[in-house]
Amino acid sequence: MIEVKNLTKKFGEQKSLDNVNLLFKNNESAIIMGQNGAGKTTLIRTILGEYIPTNGSILINTYDPFKQREEALKNIGFVPQLPPPIKLSVKELIHYAVVSSGSNQERIYELCQQLELDLNANLHKLFFKLSGGMKQKLLIAIALAKNPNIFIFDEPTANLDPKGREIFYSILDEFTHNRIMIFISHRLEEVHHIVNRKIEMDLGKVVFDEKI
Amino acid sequence: MKKFKNLFLIFSIDIKESLRSKWFLSYSLVFGGIVALFFISGVTESKIQGFSGLSRLLLIFIEICIVILPIFILISTVRTIAADRDSNVLEYLLSFPVALKDYFFGRFLGRLVSVTLPIFGALILALIWGVAKGVEVPWGIFFYYIGLIFALNVNFLGFSFFISSLVKTQEVALGVAFFLWLALLAFIDILLIGFLTQKFANAELIFSIALSNPLQVFRLGAISLFDPELAVIGPSAYFILDNFGKAFFSIYAIVYPIVLGLIFAVLGYIAFKKRDLV
Repeated sequence: MIEVKNLTKKFGEQKSLDNVNLLFKNNESAIIMGQNGAGKTTLIRTILGEYIPTNGSILINTYDPFKQREEALKNIGFVPQLPPPIKLSVKELIHYAVVSSGSNQERIYELCQQLELDLNANLHKLFFKLSGGMKQKLLIAIALAKNPNIFIFDEPTANLDPKGREIFYSILDEFTHNRIMIFISHRLEEVHHIVNRKIEMDLGKVVFDEKI
Repeated sequence: MKKFKNLFLIFSIDIKESLRSKWFLSYSLVFGGIVALFFISGVTESKIQGFSGLSRLLLIFIEICIVILPIFILISTVRTIAADRDSNVLEYLLSFPVALKDYFFGRFLGRLVSVTLPIFGALILALIWGVAKGVEVPWGIFFYYIGLIFALNVNFLGFSFFISSLVKTQEVALGVAFFLWLALLAFIDILLIGFLTQKFANAELIFSIALSNPLQVFRLGAISLFDPELAVIGPSAYFILDNFGKAFFSIYAIVYPIVLGLIFAVLGYIAFKKRDLV
């Protein structure tokens, strides 16, 4: 469960989140939509414990991501919109995920295979030198192999070709049961078969929140 | 050991990252090259102002370290956290259940090893070369000098991580680091001599400012290896030796920069923890 209560985040005088209240329960798959600057990324970063709220609180399965970040983040698998230029080899990045969050290494390999990413051929390459699609596939495999009960996907298919997207969503079907999935996307049609809730944000506020 | 699992994880990935980086390569080449150059140019065979062999080499190496070591450490490490923040690497790596203290101090320890390795490597190279050539090894000076360099590294790394935690961008981090280096260099001599001659402050205050400057402490600690009476720095030597004594000053020259560096590292961690991470 994710509980966002009266959440406000200000950067200087600018309010990026304005008294946001949201509750995500198991078996909910939500898409968060909104224009650039609506507050979607700020909301996700605050849930991940990376932005300190100006007001309000967040609980992830009863854990506060600021005071109990390890317990809170154990429950989350995150895929960012743009894979960052991590200067680790693919093998080292997998090791980081396995050691820090107890992801199953074999499962990462299996998922990469399913996503048609040849891990063995790229194991010693630096992550930031891989193509955009390869990076995205690896981050997806790492997030899924963590087997958390909350997934946060920020435009997860932005770098994938149509076939890659198709495979990704077919794999995702295996993971929907008894979990929370949050998608940040501009394309509802791409995730309409997975999501059962639509949230729209504008100027830091939730302006639409309904089951679909 | 489980408690330190993530600290060691961050420490090891930082070292791997550093060993692959261009700054580490140039850093190793500069320090290794300097020592090699000393041998090729025959520094160890020369005898100037009474110093010869490895003592002579260490004396020159110290003079070089005062100028280039701090700026090397500052420039190569001040962007550690700021760069990760800028490029969203921090956003991703910290979406894993890693404690902020493990991330911060894992990075700190990793950088400490990677900035210390090339200098120690260069000194060990000098030692091996010296022994092979049958030059007498000044063991006391050698080990004390290693301690001084380690202390200077901890000190400037502490400053670096403090700056890196406070600023949002790499450019600002570099600017602040450069200004700090200039200020500390200026307070070694130029400004302090200026204050003394203009009588802006009394001599004790000036000496106290000088001895709170880790660069000055490193310099004096290094000079005391070869000139225990500190005759080369003139009347200031009386203030130091009367107030500290030789033995205590030798300890102070190592302990003070380490403590100062650790204080700044902890302050950096507090700033890192209390602010937005990305």
